[in-house]
Amino acid sequence: MSEVIQDFLESAKEFANTKIRPFAAEFEEKQQFPAQLIKEMGKAKFLGATFPEKYNGMNLDPYNYGLLTEIIGKADCTARSLLTVHTSLVGSAILRWGNEAQKNKWLPDMAEGNIITAFALTEPNVGTDASSIQTSYEEKENAVIINGSKKWITFSGVADYLLVIATNGKKVNAYMVDTKTPGVTIKPIKGLMAAKASYISEIEFTNVEVPKENRIGVDGGGFAYIVSTALDHGRYSIAWGGLAIAQEALEAMVNYSRERKQFGKKIYTFQLIQEMIANAVANIHSTRAFLEKVASLRQQNHQDSVNETIIAKYLTSKIAMQISTDAVQVHGGNGFYNKYPVERLFREAKVLEVIEGTSQVLQNIISLYGLKKYYKINC
Amino acid sequence: MKEKIVKFISDNLINLDDEIEIKDDDNIFEKGFVNSLFSMKLLNYIETEFNMEVDDDDMEISNFSSVNRIEALIKKKTEVLSD
Ligand SMILES: Cc1cc2nc3c(=O)[nH]c(=O)nc-3n(C[C@H](O)[C@H](O)[C@H](O)COP(=O)(O)OP(=O)(O)OC[C@H]3O[C@@H](n4cnc5c(N)ncnc54)[C@H](O)[C@@H]3O)c2cc1C
Repeated sequence: MSEVIQDFLESAKEFANTKIRPFAAEFEEKQQFPAQLIKEMGKAKFLGATFPEKYNGMNLDPYNYGLLTEIIGKADCTARSLLTVHTSLVGSAILRWGNEAQKNKWLPDMAEGNIITAFALTEPNVGTDASSIQTSYEEKENAVIINGSKKWITFSGVADYLLVIATNGKKVNAYMVDTKTPGVTIKPIKGLMAAKASYISEIEFTNVEVPKENRIGVDGGGFAYIVSTALDHGRYSIAWGGLAIAQEALEAMVNYSRERKQFGKKIYTFQLIQEMIANAVANIHSTRAFLEKVASLRQQNHQDSVNETIIAKYLTSKIAMQISTDAVQVHGGNGFYNKYPVERLFREAKVLEVIEGTSQVLQNIISLYGLKKYYKINC
Repeated sequence: MKEKIVKFISDNLINLDDEIEIKDDDNIFEKGFVNSLFSMKLLNYIETEFNMEVDDDDMEISNFSSVNRIEALIKKKTEVLSD
């Protein structure tokens, strides 16, 4: 790792420890992630971490971007989810499929945090079966007219642009839609179990006119190229976000068990507590090693990298759920109290088993991958 | 080249039927041989394996719809490169 990157990751840790972690509970309570902090994350080069330097980015490779995601995700899931949707989902789609004019138009400002973007695929009636989206576009001279609605869109409440996936009945396309365009109505979703400060909203599009030049990628490539690429990068981000929750929960349970006394003894001395810690350590170490391998496959653009990333997302969301559950258990009653971060980690971990492909649909893909990969192998 | 393309497609088939045969002109999308991740994976594979970049003009999904079409695209691109 170069010295520049090492320094960058060190400064990210310092940033996370001083500007994010101490306020994570407050963000949730106020259901707001400060605009000023987003700007500072831009200035610190987190938001364009994977973009080339010519777009004000840091040009991080997959492994170092993974480490950055873990550092931010350990401090706060909202901050990590901004990286996931803005940098990984939208940023990677523009970087891979946008033309030069589009890259110049959006990426530098995205990297700086001058504009915030969100990824709008899911609809009230369409989730896992994403190819059945109903939000429509209709061509009109130099523009398209978008109608329909999207739901659960992370950071859309403060986004300047949405990457909207829409269909004309035959083809699917992805358009960058300025949220100030007449006909865009954004309604915050309240009452969420987690992601409370992530500005998750439902969006209505009523005759929204979008310039044709805002289409990302080739005509008809919205699903095959844009959604696939965005979700592939999103899943990689979630994989590290899951490891982050797992690691943070482990550290919390280690510290708590070494301080809390019952029956006149520190609770870590009880073997059943040790079992939870042992399982967490073993799961985290093996998953971390696997994520390092996946990072390397992605760096090589290896043909298995998409499926291996799916496995990584599936695995880390599982261990994040298990370890945060155990961390709550180790904390006893305090585990239910929002003065202890494990209470939040437990709720945030559950999200990861649903977004960017639910565990069930990823299991379908992983089993198919296994059924092919391990069939009739000559020993 | 053709064998590599066929191998890549068979590695990504969603149908586990042993008897399945991919003919050079079969439309792999219409026949339901592959899932939604296939186009992106194929493009990444072609660009890495054959060391070429597919431009927007060639990105039409129909260019990737059969073994013959994929081969024609790669040949066109690699000939341009070696000219
Ligand atoms: C906190 C949060 C943030 C989100 N952010 C975004 C965002 O930024 N952008 C965006 O576009 N979307 C976002 N989403 C939406 C998310 O991607 C969807 O919730 C997810 O894809 C699942 O879709 P669904 O909720 O409609 O569930 P459904 O698809 O209705 O699934 C319900 C259940 O059925 C199961 N199921 C469905 N199909 C199958 C199958 N074939 N085999 C087995 N089981 C199946 C699922 O696994 C699940 O358990 C977000 C959601 C949440 C909770």
